[in-house]
Amino acid sequence: MNDIPRAGLSLQDSQPARATGLLASLHLDLPLLTGLLLLTAVGLLILYSAGEQNMQLLERQGIRFAIAYGAMVLLAQIHPDDLRRWSPWLYGLGIVLLVATILVGQTGKGAQRWLDLGLFRFQPSEILKLALPMMIAWYLAEKRLPPSGPRLLAAGALTLVPVLLIAKQPDLGTALLVASAGVFALFLAGISWQLIAALGALMAALGPAVWFLMHDYQRQRVLTFLNPESDPLGAGYHIIQSKIAIGSGGLAGKGWLNGTQSHLEFLPERHTDFIFAVISEEFGLVGVLALLSLYLYIILRGLYIASQAQDTYGRLLAGTLTLVFFVYLFVNTGMVTGLLPVVGVPLPLISYGGTSLVTLLAGFGILMSIHTHRKLLPT
Amino acid sequence: MAQLSIKDYLRESQLFLSRALAAATLVVLLLLLLVGRLVYLQIQNHAHYTTLSKDNRVKIEPLPPTRGLIFDHEGRILAQNLPAYSLEIVPEKAGDVDATIQALSRLIPIGEEDLKRFQRLRRQRRRFDSIPLRVRLSDREVARIAVNRHRYPGVDIRATLLREYPFAAETAHLLGYVGRINEQELQRIDTSNYSGTNYIGKNGVEKSYEGLLHGEVGLQQVEVNAKGRVLRVLESQPPTPGDNLKLYIDMRLQEAALRALGDYNGAVAAIDVETGGVLALASKPGFDPNLFVEGISSKAYQALKESPDKPLFNRAIRGQYPPGSTVKPFIGLAGLEAGVVQFHQETYCPGYYQLPGKEHKYRDWKKWGHGKVDMHKAIVQSCDVYYYELARTLGIDRLHDFLAKFGFGQRTGVDLNGELPGLLPSRAWKRRSRQEPWYPGETLIVGIGQGYFLTTPLQLASATATLASRGRRIQPRIVETIIRPDGTRLPTLSRVTQLPQVDSMHWEEIIAAMTDVVESPHGTARRIRSPDYRIAAKTGTAQVFTLAQEEEYDEETVAKRNRDHALFIAFAPVQKPRIAVAVIVENGGHGGSVAAPIAKKIMDLYLLNKSDTPDE
Repeated sequence: MNDIPRAGLSLQDSQPARATGLLASLHLDLPLLTGLLLLTAVGLLILYSAGEQNMQLLERQGIRFAIAYGAMVLLAQIHPDDLRRWSPWLYGLGIVLLVATILVGQTGKGAQRWLDLGLFRFQPSEILKLALPMMIAWYLAEKRLPPSGPRLLAAGALTLVPVLLIAKQPDLGTALLVASAGVFALFLAGISWQLIAALGALMAALGPAVWFLMHDYQRQRVLTFLNPESDPLGAGYHIIQSKIAIGSGGLAGKGWLNGTQSHLEFLPERHTDFIFAVISEEFGLVGVLALLSLYLYIILRGLYIASQAQDTYGRLLAGTLTLVFFVYLFVNTGMVTGLLPVVGVPLPLISYGGTSLVTLLAGFGILMSIHTHRKLLPT
Repeated sequence: MAQLSIKDYLRESQLFLSRALAAATLVVLLLLLLVGRLVYLQIQNHAHYTTLSKDNRVKIEPLPPTRGLIFDHEGRILAQNLPAYSLEIVPEKAGDVDATIQALSRLIPIGEEDLKRFQRLRRQRRRFDSIPLRVRLSDREVARIAVNRHRYPGVDIRATLLREYPFAAETAHLLGYVGRINEQELQRIDTSNYSGTNYIGKNGVEKSYEGLLHGEVGLQQVEVNAKGRVLRVLESQPPTPGDNLKLYIDMRLQEAALRALGDYNGAVAAIDVETGGVLALASKPGFDPNLFVEGISSKAYQALKESPDKPLFNRAIRGQYPPGSTVKPFIGLAGLEAGVVQFHQETYCPGYYQLPGKEHKYRDWKKWGHGKVDMHKAIVQSCDVYYYELARTLGIDRLHDFLAKFGFGQRTGVDLNGELPGLLPSRAWKRRSRQEPWYPGETLIVGIGQGYFLTTPLQLASATATLASRGRRIQPRIVETIIRPDGTRLPTLSRVTQLPQVDSMHWEEIIAAMTDVVESPHGTARRIRSPDYRIAAKTGTAQVFTLAQEEEYDEETVAKRNRDHALFIAFAPVQKPRIAVAVIVENGGHGGSVAAPIAKKIMDLYLLNKSDTPDE
């Protein structure tokens, strides 16, 4: 298995294959790490502005980043073969915890998402963000790709169980992310385009049928969900204010710390889910394009790592984790700019808040592990 | 794990690569879409959004819809919206809200209830929402606030529309009333649609048609200066007013019914036999629903609640009374249909009835008995003994099943909330609710509409309408037409069920007997005989108070509250029935003397003196 074709992405591996020194011994990938650190720095800078220059807020976020980067380094050390062995167990644990959450979970903000472990509370759904891609990759890598019909159905079921459990909490944002992980894993595993088209058509056909079965009030909710502007006093309020913030930013922006929309408290959740609007207002289109480029760089690097992986498990896992990262980015920015309905998904690595930070960077740790534990690195 | 060949490996690797490229393409395309959106917002519409954000504050204000009006069948207004002034505070602009309220309370009286409501609403709404502190300000109060207004930022007088019911107590039970939205209702409603609305239907038509009467909230985006004054309206989307409702109710009949009840408590239900439309639905005593619109004082509410006459209780759909002898035509029909008795087959009434081998005497209202009785006479003179025997022959099961077809023991499905089903007893019901077997004696008293048997006045009217139309059972309805804001008229629909085939000769025999209740010189309702049209009817008396075996019922000595309820059902004209009426007069004594004239007044008004003014 030496003659792996190197027909790769245009983004070439700039890392010296046998890098010596600290990075190599820590199994870290320099190009990816550089991108992540840059994003972190930008994130803290914007949080300083969005959080009304509150140093305490910044400190807390800094500590979270420290923990998250710790998790990344830790996971980079684990050999992908070990990860693969653990995949089903981690997935099983995640499901058990999800069920436990529904049975005995703490209610926070009206939804049961938290499990109190005595010392601290955490969201079991976060585990699934890593465990589901691992599980699907493990399952699909067992047999030849593309997967056969029954195995496809089984993989679909493996995805649906946690998605439904999370949606029941209810946490639509996380359910969406976990579901996208399952979909992307199957897509990367090579299910036929005809099947993809058929599934798409099925979804489109089921839509009206479900619509017919719904009660009036449920339909109303779906309408509001699809078109928040129809509910300008509820969910739509966020969007209107957010669009004003983005639009008034213009080409060059109002300047760091000078966003009026954000600082006059018109923009709700400005340091969490709607932080993208703050960036757009203060740094303008130029700043946003720079930020999106940085994200694109990280995503392409992730896909490159996936394409270079040496086994199916590594490829599928790395590819899926990278694409889920993109879903974070697109769902959040799409929501803030009014392209997509309002779903509670943070801007990855920038929004204030800890849980997603740790899972995201842990995921990048897995990517680095896959890349740096390759058996034969070309010299 | 399956052993993979090099070939497979290469193929998989290639496959993955092509998919990774496809994914990368998708990522780039979606990001381009996002960039396109950003260019649209930040470059193309930059000027627009800059205006919105620059030094101005853009606020979104709800524009509450106007609640739909309610009309009676002839176009009289039953519920309308009248302008009133209220004092409102915007907490964000007021600064120290408590100090402001303190100061305002020196200008106009502000009650404990006002404060409580204000604090509750303040918790629910945003800081820049306007929250009412006092409502229905008098002109004097408006003037005092207006003069001093400049001293209190964030304080404003607003003209609002208040619901008003011109007929007050006469429509109280029927229409219900609107009141302030409470915590429970807040859980149910779509809060954004109600963001400008303070009131919600609490009862009656106002509640059951809330969704239509309310309408859709509108909104406007306004620009305000730093002090919160509205500078201009940027965008406005007008509210959609609620639908107007035209009822089947004819206020002339409604008023006539209430007037005819006089000082008695009771209920009247009149139904249009053809359409199922409820022409009158009266419950006495009533109350003034206008008191509830702005929140009734707790003292006045206590008085209403604790009154022994129970004015808040809607007797017409929630009052459950034994039907007494008014069920005799129905049971007679059951006997004819089952074939256990012939219409002209005679039996002997000695004034009492005994089950074989039992001591207990089931008495007839006529102490010395009716002598020889057939079904015709048993209905015309309301012989109890005949019906004891018929009920015993039929048995409770057949009785229950036949009466159920007329809707006894079931909600009529009228478009009002809170209707009760009454009770049509059966073996199964007794076992379920009392864990007791059914006793034969209980069948006898069901035969004269007593015992566990309970009906509501509306249910009784509906069953009478079914009888009048010879078996066409139609769901009673209050609302005839829904009139949309654009003028479209939507008729409401009633469920119609045809009773299983009943021998038409049996209908006519029963109806002939009911006609003689009025027409015959021996009929129990002979006093309401009309020269202009023919009425089919049945009187009834429902015991409130059970007498001991040897005691005699003496109207004079029994306390007023223990006196029998008087019942009466009727429909007219006999051959082509248009109206069916049920009357219950609490503690009214005999149905023939007290309840029948009330029904007669309504039928006279409807059939002889119907207003000619077209309602379209």
